[in-house]
Amino acid sequence: MEYFLELFFSGLTRGSIYALIALGYTMVYGIIGLINFAHGEIYMIGAFTALIVASVLTVLGFNQLAILLCAGFAAVVYSSAYGYTVEKIAYKPLRNAPRLSPLISAIGMSIFLQNYVLLAQTSDFMPFPALIPEFEFMEPYAHIVGSSELVIFLVTTLVMVLLTLLIKFSSIGKAMRATAQDKKMAMLLGIDVNKIISITFVIGSALAAIGGLLIASHIGQINFYIGFIAGIKAFTAAVLGGIGSIPGAVLGSFILGWTESFATGYISSDYEDVFAFSILVLILIFKPAGLLGRDKTKKV
Amino acid sequence: MKPILEVNKICMDFGGLRALDQLDLEVKSGEIVALIGPNGAGKTTFFNCVTGIYAPTSGNIFLHDMKGKSSSLNGLKPNKITEKGLARTFQNIRLFSEMTVLENVMVGCHCRSTASILGALFRNKKTVQEEEEIVRKSYGILQKVGISEYVNEMAKNLPYGAQRRLEIARALATEPLLLLLDEPAAGMNPQETKELDELIVRLRDNEGLSILLIEHDMKLVMSLSDRIFVMDYGRKIAQGTPAEVRENPVVIKAYLGDDS
Repeated sequence: MEYFLELFFSGLTRGSIYALIALGYTMVYGIIGLINFAHGEIYMIGAFTALIVASVLTVLGFNQLAILLCAGFAAVVYSSAYGYTVEKIAYKPLRNAPRLSPLISAIGMSIFLQNYVLLAQTSDFMPFPALIPEFEFMEPYAHIVGSSELVIFLVTTLVMVLLTLLIKFSSIGKAMRATAQDKKMAMLLGIDVNKIISITFVIGSALAAIGGLLIASHIGQINFYIGFIAGIKAFTAAVLGGIGSIPGAVLGSFILGWTESFATGYISSDYEDVFAFSILVLILIFKPAGLLGRDKTKKV
Repeated sequence: MKPILEVNKICMDFGGLRALDQLDLEVKSGEIVALIGPNGAGKTTFFNCVTGIYAPTSGNIFLHDMKGKSSSLNGLKPNKITEKGLARTFQNIRLFSEMTVLENVMVGCHCRSTASILGALFRNKKTVQEEEEIVRKSYGILQKVGISEYVNEMAKNLPYGAQRRLEIARALATEPLLLLLDEPAAGMNPQETKELDELIVRLRDNEGLSILLIEHDMKLVMSLSDRIFVMDYGRKIAQGTPAEVRENPVVIKAYLGDDS
């Protein structure tokens, strides 16, 4: 039973991180119909920014909580700036191009950012300090669920609630939904569609940066390649849940997290990815639009 | 006094096809003007040029507001033109079908709000007040067009006539000076058309709106309009009061052909 719980919480942690990244994929897809393959790299850049800021502040002798907050803030701002810029450089000029062009551009951007970080840093894994504090009250349960796992889950939940409220109730959120449904009409109602698209990229990037910081602190090492793997997994989760749907992305992420965790724990860690992608294949065969995705049947 | 909308000699070419040819048109403040003509005459193209969906090949479009401020609409993006005070509806209904009726109108209010992403996240007093104000204003508009009973329904579930009214409500939310209606009565029964007629007159009388509409229902056009412009093959072939246009042989020829 304890082993089961341990795997359950480990799956929950993985799922939370996938969800933070998958939200960026699904929001961007929802609004401009593009799979932003460079999104995983934004997450990786968030982790590296956090590492740099944390290293500097550690040398300067700040306390752990201050380092966590500063590193988090810096990661969010820096990643958002990258997300914003990537959209302006690689996608905006291709807004009216055939759908394949921005997709290729996204893959190019992804490779570029990976190699840019590879050159600026190194290809080796770099140790990442444990920024998330260990809580004393968690000690009796430490063999089942760690403090950082708890924090990751809570932060993710908080962020998702905020995002949902923002999209459902705020004026900007309504403008985002309107833009997703009919860009031309939104424009005719005075909505600055380019600004709304930029905001979407900024929000998605900020979420990915939070994910990058949290998981790096949890695992304890990063390199330039982490964004690719995490990006592919989060993308899988988004497709699993129904790309374009926000609750779908979250659901898909947790399903994927648990699948990987239980497959690793009960069968073999060698088959982790096999199980993750088998689920994807099954969903695509039996429910092509994803679990919560809308089927594309148009009324005539 | 200057007209509210002034269009000087606009042309619109699509490749070798001239869809609009040296078209002049003006709408005075408080006027209801109809744009009529056979199918393919270029009426909707004209709307698309004025609202910034197409950039006209040549010619000028000006909007003069009540305070005497003039702005050229040439080359502006649709959202900027809406900010200047122009709103439109479409021939085919284009509501945000996955949103509620109230939300559809609130989207229209967005361009007049100062909403920022930080305000939305931290919910400062100003943002909260503004959002409450938007809800009040939107509800008021729904009452004005007579569909406030549907306030929390999904837009796609509304009856057809109410969907048409919602399109007008959403356009009103952008606080226009001039409202462009593209076939507002399309698909309506005589009763609904009559109510639409009253609504449009009410908008002009109570809200001080100027209205330019494309319409094929001649009964509605004749009873509603102060002036009528007639187009054919991208050109203006006649203009005048409903009585003048009805008697004009050029118009009759355009509609019925040479033999009549």
